[in-house]
Amino acid sequence: MTTETTNSRAEQSFREWLLSETPSSRRHARLAAAYKGWLRLRRNHMAMFGLGILVALVIIAAIAPWLAPYDPYAQVLSDRLLPIGSEGHLLGTDSLGRDILSRLIYGSRITLYIVTLVALIAPVAGLMVGTIAGYVGGWTDTILMRITDIFLAFPKLVLALAFVAALGAGIENAVLAISLTAWPPYARLARAETLTIRSSDFISAIRLQGAGPVRIITRHIWPLCISSLIVRVTLDMAGIILTAAGLGFLGLGAQPPSPEWGAMISEGRRFLLDHWWVATIPGLAIFTVSLAFNLLGDGLRDVLDPKDGKS
Amino acid sequence: MNLLDVEDLWVRFPTSSGVFDAVRGISFSLGRERLGIVGESGSGKSMTGRAILQLIRPPGRIEAKRIDLQGKPLLNASDKEMRAVRGSRISMVMQDPKFSLNPVMTVGDQIIEAYRLHNKASRRDARARAIEMLEAVSIRNPERVLRAYPHEVSGGMGQRIMIAMMMIPNPQILIADEPTSALDVSVQGQVLGIMNQLVQDRGMGLIFISHDLNLVAEFCDRVLIMYAGRIVEVCEADKLHEAKHPYTQGLLNSLPRLDEPKDRLEALVRDPEWRQQPSVSGLL
Amino acid sequence: MALAEKQAKGRVSPPFPRWMRTTATTLASVAFTMLGLLFITFIIGRVMPIDPVLAVVGERASQETYDAAYEAMGLDKPLLVQFGYYIWDVLHGDFGDSLLTARPVSEDIARVFPATFELATLGTLIGIFAGVPLGVMAAVHRGSWIDQIARVVALVGYSMPVFWMGLMGLLVFYGILGWVAGPGRVSIFYEGMVPTVTGMMLVDAALDGNWTVFRDAFSHIILPASILGYYSLAYISRMTRSFMLEQLSAEYITTARVKGMSERAVIWGHAFRNIRVQLITVFALSYANLLEGSVLTEIIFSWPGIGSYITTALLSADMNAVLGGTVVVGLVFILLNIFCDLLYKVLDPRAR
Repeated sequence: MTTETTNSRAEQSFREWLLSETPSSRRHARLAAAYKGWLRLRRNHMAMFGLGILVALVIIAAIAPWLAPYDPYAQVLSDRLLPIGSEGHLLGTDSLGRDILSRLIYGSRITLYIVTLVALIAPVAGLMVGTIAGYVGGWTDTILMRITDIFLAFPKLVLALAFVAALGAGIENAVLAISLTAWPPYARLARAETLTIRSSDFISAIRLQGAGPVRIITRHIWPLCISSLIVRVTLDMAGIILTAAGLGFLGLGAQPPSPEWGAMISEGRRFLLDHWWVATIPGLAIFTVSLAFNLLGDGLRDVLDPKDGKS
Repeated sequence: MNLLDVEDLWVRFPTSSGVFDAVRGISFSLGRERLGIVGESGSGKSMTGRAILQLIRPPGRIEAKRIDLQGKPLLNASDKEMRAVRGSRISMVMQDPKFSLNPVMTVGDQIIEAYRLHNKASRRDARARAIEMLEAVSIRNPERVLRAYPHEVSGGMGQRIMIAMMMIPNPQILIADEPTSALDVSVQGQVLGIMNQLVQDRGMGLIFISHDLNLVAEFCDRVLIMYAGRIVEVCEADKLHEAKHPYTQGLLNSLPRLDEPKDRLEALVRDPEWRQQPSVSGLL
Repeated sequence: MALAEKQAKGRVSPPFPRWMRTTATTLASVAFTMLGLLFITFIIGRVMPIDPVLAVVGERASQETYDAAYEAMGLDKPLLVQFGYYIWDVLHGDFGDSLLTARPVSEDIARVFPATFELATLGTLIGIFAGVPLGVMAAVHRGSWIDQIARVVALVGYSMPVFWMGLMGLLVFYGILGWVAGPGRVSIFYEGMVPTVTGMMLVDAALDGNWTVFRDAFSHIILPASILGYYSLAYISRMTRSFMLEQLSAEYITTARVKGMSERAVIWGHAFRNIRVQLITVFALSYANLLEGSVLTEIIFSWPGIGSYITTALLSADMNAVLGGTVVVGLVFILLNIFCDLLYKVLDPRAR
């Protein structure tokens, strides 16, 4: 009882410390801003719903071996194409008698893997190109932005297809292909941000203090571009998942027998009319996850980027 | 008979933290005169103008004992009846022609549209009327202006076009909501002069909404001073200096005057008490 | 006043009229983008691990045949020269021969393109005619149930894999309900019944006056077109809504209401008139996205269009066909962009 009250009192004062209008240090200010953003995000129920789904996805992926009732690769040909709700197979089995639920659970790892890799590669590449173009200006800017435009002129999926065709099918190549098609919008965004930041007074002050361009870009411009990039990445995640699933569906991403969701739909397609669940269930999983990213992205945009968050 | 009688008008906006009252129970009449409504921003003066035309958008609400146009009640008029009133009987000129004219329609199309909404006329006749009207607001090259787009005309000309457009259906009342605030000082007088002339010639009533006390005093017959959604004082424009309310006095004293130079102008000190005082009636 | 001023001042006239300079810069940027596009496809063709010579001469060819083919294909020349050859060929509409069909890729594409064009056009039309009113209504009745519905429709559209929706559509409307015909463009016994004029089944059937075939073709196209249309609807309605919201809060809308216009006339005659130009850009973008979405949809519906063509070629490492298809789709993208720019200049008085 007593410990509880002291605990809640400590919590209370921590809250107050976070919400104080007069931060005592830079870290304090940063934490306080993050906390206030979190409070605003928490009021958005749809965004919290999306976040909940994504947290669940991460947990499921982490504890997949303990969660999955079966080995996702174990084929039991006598139990082929069991319908939903069969004994021992909650979501039924596929054409090789593999448990669909177990495959879904393991598939979440692949989805997370692809999403994480693309989210690390594409925005970073875009950030570099964009900030350099914006900061250096002149010919460098013109050339880099022209290249960006060329990539933007391509239909994304078709370009990704052509890349995968050249590199060969596989998860890593799919990630590479998606990243190659995903970076240009980030470069544009980062460049626009850089242009506004570059002309601001505090950058001139830093330059007067003798900071070189590398230091200015990495220590002062990048941190300011991050928040808008994060919003954009979250909103793009849904699209990345869909593209990855599309590549998997075409047989150009993860290779069988890997339980990638897109590939699972492709396998189930042959039995669609008689055994609908084989193709339907992995599709629902893709839909749920990309919906979650969309909801969270919308919420984040409202919090971090209030200027165009009215839609 | 008065052109317009407004009694106990409220304009309310529900917000997440309760209902906000922009206008709080004001009453006034308009005869064939020039009535000024003066107040600072947020005093509810623009809302009053828009409430008369019932242009407050939901969730905003208008409540009143009565709003009568020449003795006929407007308050419970249907949408259709209100549309017949807007433009043809009561019209309004707004602050900035840059925003109040549709950027992708020619000036001609917009004026002709205003005329044909209330008059059965062929396009050709409407066009002829539009040219006459543009001439009436001293536009020298009406044919060319009709073909121009709003971004191709200057602010002063834009406001004259706006006046022409609002006057063409021949309304009895014109509400002018800060009509010169967005214009260069050099053309303000000219635009006001044109508006005044038209209003006088046609025997119309004018409601002139402004934050500029001097301008209103010079231009109007009678002045309502609004503060925090209420009318705090009503007086004849030429007797403004005898105003009793401390807010009006404060406004007057915060303006520099050539005939009584001062070293230091007074800053207006607002008494919270003013918000509570009952609204003064401007009824005739 | 500004009008008169503009003419009176008479700026120093440049050596070329303005439209000539803008056309020149537009053309230059298009040429540059095209060149970049070709360069990327060229590079993709180069990194391809499959030996292009072997693909031509076959596994069992002698070394001499191999070398001869190697030289004939210009592979001994420096990369830049090869790139030059490549551009030259593409400019002549020569993408090489397809390994799969053993015909020139350009002929293949000319044959399959109308199918994609027909599908994507119908899809975009569905998206426009449903999405624009939905977006306008959502903006006008902001926060109401219709706005909520529009929001959900768009969210679902942004989150659902297009190929899965195609499968579900087939399952429900073809498999269970039997309302529409299954995969393919036309039932097998009607195939070849109407002469090919445009390559678009609906148009050809109508031109021939063969309404039986028309009905059958319509029954085949309506499901894939609706599914593509749904995606463009999601995008178009969102954009329409946000454009409309911006316009509806503008002061000229109040002016129109003051004039005594009906709400309907205010919305469509004034506010909507102001977003037309922006919307055209959205339409073009959504059309471009549909070309892309059709790659996956065509496979689900066995639709013999450019998407099916590229993916089939891809799975059998038919690189000429893949690159040819990619270049053509990229070209359509670029043309759509130019088309938008031009329309913008024609329709928006402020841009003239």
